[in-house]
Amino acid sequence: MSANENGSVTMTGAQIVLQALADQGVEHIFGYPGGAVLPIYDELFQQERIKHILVRHEQGAVHAAEGYARSTGKVGVVLVTSGPGATNAVTGLTDALMDSIPVVCITGQVPTHLIGNDAFQECDTVGITRPCTKHNYLVKDVNQLAKVLHEAFYVARSGRPGPVVVDIPKDIQFMSGTYKGVSNSQHKSYVPPREGDQAAIDAAVEAMAKAKRPIFYTGGGVINAGPAASKSLRELVHMTGYPITSTLMGLGSYPASDKQWLGMLGMHGTFEANNAMHDCDVMICIGARFDDRITGRLDAFSPGSTKIHVDVDPSSINKNVHVDIPIVGDCAYVIDQMIAAWKARNPSIDKEAHARWWDQIETWRKRKCLHYRNKSDVIMPQYAVERLFALTRGKDTYITTEVGQHQMWAAQYFHFDEPNRWMTSGGLGTMGYGIPAAVGVQMAHPDSLVIDIAGEASVLMTMQEISTAVQYDLPVKIFILNNEYMGMVRQWQELLHGGRYSHSYSEALPDFVKLAEAYHAVGIRAEKPAELDDAIREMIETPKPVIFDCVVDKTANCFPMIPSGEAHNNMLMGDDLTDEDIENAISEEGKVMV
Amino acid sequence: MGQPGSAYSLEKPEQKLETHTMSVLVDNEPGVLARVIGLFSGRGYNIESLTVSETEHEAHLSRITIVTTGTPMVIEQIKHQLDRLVPVHSVTDLTVCGETIERELALVKVAGVGEKRVEALRLAEAFRANAIDASLEHFVFEITGRQSKIEQFVALMQPLGLVEVCRTGVAAIGRGPERM
Repeated sequence: MSANENGSVTMTGAQIVLQALADQGVEHIFGYPGGAVLPIYDELFQQERIKHILVRHEQGAVHAAEGYARSTGKVGVVLVTSGPGATNAVTGLTDALMDSIPVVCITGQVPTHLIGNDAFQECDTVGITRPCTKHNYLVKDVNQLAKVLHEAFYVARSGRPGPVVVDIPKDIQFMSGTYKGVSNSQHKSYVPPREGDQAAIDAAVEAMAKAKRPIFYTGGGVINAGPAASKSLRELVHMTGYPITSTLMGLGSYPASDKQWLGMLGMHGTFEANNAMHDCDVMICIGARFDDRITGRLDAFSPGSTKIHVDVDPSSINKNVHVDIPIVGDCAYVIDQMIAAWKARNPSIDKEAHARWWDQIETWRKRKCLHYRNKSDVIMPQYAVERLFALTRGKDTYITTEVGQHQMWAAQYFHFDEPNRWMTSGGLGTMGYGIPAAVGVQMAHPDSLVIDIAGEASVLMTMQEISTAVQYDLPVKIFILNNEYMGMVRQWQELLHGGRYSHSYSEALPDFVKLAEAYHAVGIRAEKPAELDDAIREMIETPKPVIFDCVVDKTANCFPMIPSGEAHNNMLMGDDLTDEDIENAISEEGKVMV
Repeated sequence: MGQPGSAYSLEKPEQKLETHTMSVLVDNEPGVLARVIGLFSGRGYNIESLTVSETEHEAHLSRITIVTTGTPMVIEQIKHQLDRLVPVHSVTDLTVCGETIERELALVKVAGVGEKRVEALRLAEAFRANAIDASLEHFVFEITGRQSKIEQFVALMQPLGLVEVCRTGVAAIGRGPERM
C-alpha cells in the first residue's frame, strides 16, 4: 500500500487515514472505538506501524494526546466515534485550544446520506467543535480525504498550534479514492509568520538597552516554539543580565535554578515577580498573552512601562493590554533576531541602574513569599510538593497536574529547569486533566518518571484512565494532595463568601489505596510528615501505576495571592494573615470577578 | 476605591465607538459563513450589516462585507481574529484604507391611494428609486445608495403607507484602480 512514484494510489478511506497518519510520522494514537469509526479500527487491527491506546473516556483521549504533544513537541492524535464520542472530546479540544496544543482529532460521522436526519449517534460535530478548534473539516469526498488530513496536521502544528477536527462519515471510510502524499506546496490561505519585522526588533532592542528596570515576561509560546527557542531565550536573558519571570504555561523554558529567575508571576506568582512587573520600566513579553490571571487589575497593570510583545498570533497583541512595540513572529526566530540585534548594537547598558534594580528585587526576595508554617503532626501540602521535588532530583521527571490549589503549589514548589517537563491545564482550567495527560506523557517517555500532582476532587473526574495506565503498563504516579475539599473553591469561599463552604466538601470519598488495588494498580498512603519521604521513595521505586494518597492539612490556603480586582503590588501573603485580613481581602467590586 | 480594572470588571473604560466596513476574502466552502458569524457572536462583537456572495468563481472565492462597530481596540481584534481563520485569505478594513464606495439596495413596499400615492411616487423620482411593481393600491420601489440615503427614503415613506422593507446590506469597494 505504499505510494508509487507519482505519489498517488487507490485505497479505501480507512486505509487513507492510516497511510496519512504514517506519512505524518504518527506512532501513537489515543482513541475509543464505536460504530462510525469501525472501518478505521479494522485497518488499525491489520497493521503494526501505529500503536493505538484505548482510553476509558474520549475526554481522556484528548488530554492524553495533549500530554503526549506537550512532552514531545509532536502533534497528538485522537480517534473517536460520532455523536457522544465527539461530544465527550469537546472539553479536551477546548483545553487544547486555550493552551495552544497541537492535536488532530479524527471523529467518525454517520454516513453522508444520513447527515441531518437525526441518525443514531449523529451530532453536528463540525458545528459543535467550530468554536473549540483551531479549524475543522467534514470530509464528503474520499478523494479529498488525504489532502484534508495532511492539511489538518499542517494547521495543528503551524503558527500558534491548536486542535483540528477531521469528521469522516462512515461511507467515506469504505469508499475507494486516491491517496496523495504530503505536499510541500504552500497553503493557499493559512501562512503564519516566522521572522519578526526587523525595524520592530531594532526598536525593541533599543528600548531594552536603555532600560533601567527591565524584566522578561515569557509564556507557553516559547515552549511551543521548540527546545531551540528555550535555548535562545536563555542566551538572550544571560546576555542582558535582566530578571525573568514566566507564566504558568511557560515554566521550564528558563531554568528555575538560575539566579536571574524570579519565579512565576500572576495571581499566585511570587512577590518578587509581581512587584518587578509592577515597577519595571521595560517589559519584554515573549510568547505570553496578558491573561487575566497574569494582569490582575488591568488599569493598574505595570503602569508606566514600555511594553514589547512578541507573539506569533497577531490577535494576542493589544487584546487586553496596550503594547508599545509589537513584534509578530515565531519566538524561535524572533529571539534569535533579538540576540543578533543586541550583539550588533553591543549596547552600553546602565549598570548602576541595573544594580539598583537587582537590589530592589533582592529586598522583595527577602520577603520569602513562599514561606509557610510547617507542622509536625500533619503534612502541609506545600511540604509534600517540596519533598516530592527533593526526592525526584536527578531523575528524568515529567509532571502533570489537575486544577486547583495543588496545581498552584506544584507550580510554586516544584521547579523546572527544562521545557516540555510541565503539563498543566492553564487556560481552560480543566479538572481531570492530569491522569490522562500523564498517560500520554508516559506513552511517549516509557522509561521516565511521570507524576500527576493531583487533588482528590479533580482526580475523580477522570480516575478511570488509571485502567488505561494498567492496561499498557504505564507506571504513572498519581500524587494526590488529599484535603477532602475542592481546595481552591474552599479558599475562595473563605475569602469571598464569609466561610460558607457551599458544596466544596466531599463527604464521601473513596479509599484511594483500595481504589488503586481495584484497578490492579498500587496504592500508598502517607498521613504523617515523618512517613512521607519513605512513602514517596516507595512510590518512585514501584514499577507500576501508583495512586498515592497524601493526606494533608485540610484548610491550608494557597499564597501569595493577588486578590481579584487588585494590582500586582497589592498581594496577600500567607504567613502573616489574620482572620480579619482574610475577611477584608477582597473589595466589594472584586467579589463579582472570577 | 476606584473602579476595579480586571478583565472581569463590569464597566469598561469609556471609549468612543467607531463604525468600520471590512472586506473579507474567503474560500467559498461549506461553513465558512458560520465561522465568521460564530466568531462575532462568540466574542461579543457587533454586526451591523453583512453581505456575502461568490465573486471569483474559478478560485471559489467569496467576498464578505461586514459593517461593525466597536472601540479601536475591538476593531483591531476583529480584523486579527478574522485573519487567523484558516479559510480567510485577506481582511481589509476599508474604513482606514483610503476612500471607499459603499452601496446598499433596498426594496420598499408602499400602499396607499390619492395624494399620498402621488407623493410617494414623486419622492421616489427625487431619490432615483424605480417602481418595479405596482397596482392601483401599491408600489414596490427599488432604491440603491449609501445607507443614509436609504434610511432617509424609508423614513419619508413611513407616513405615506410604508408596508415593508427588504435591504441587502452594504457592498463596498475601494476607489481607484488598485485591488484591495
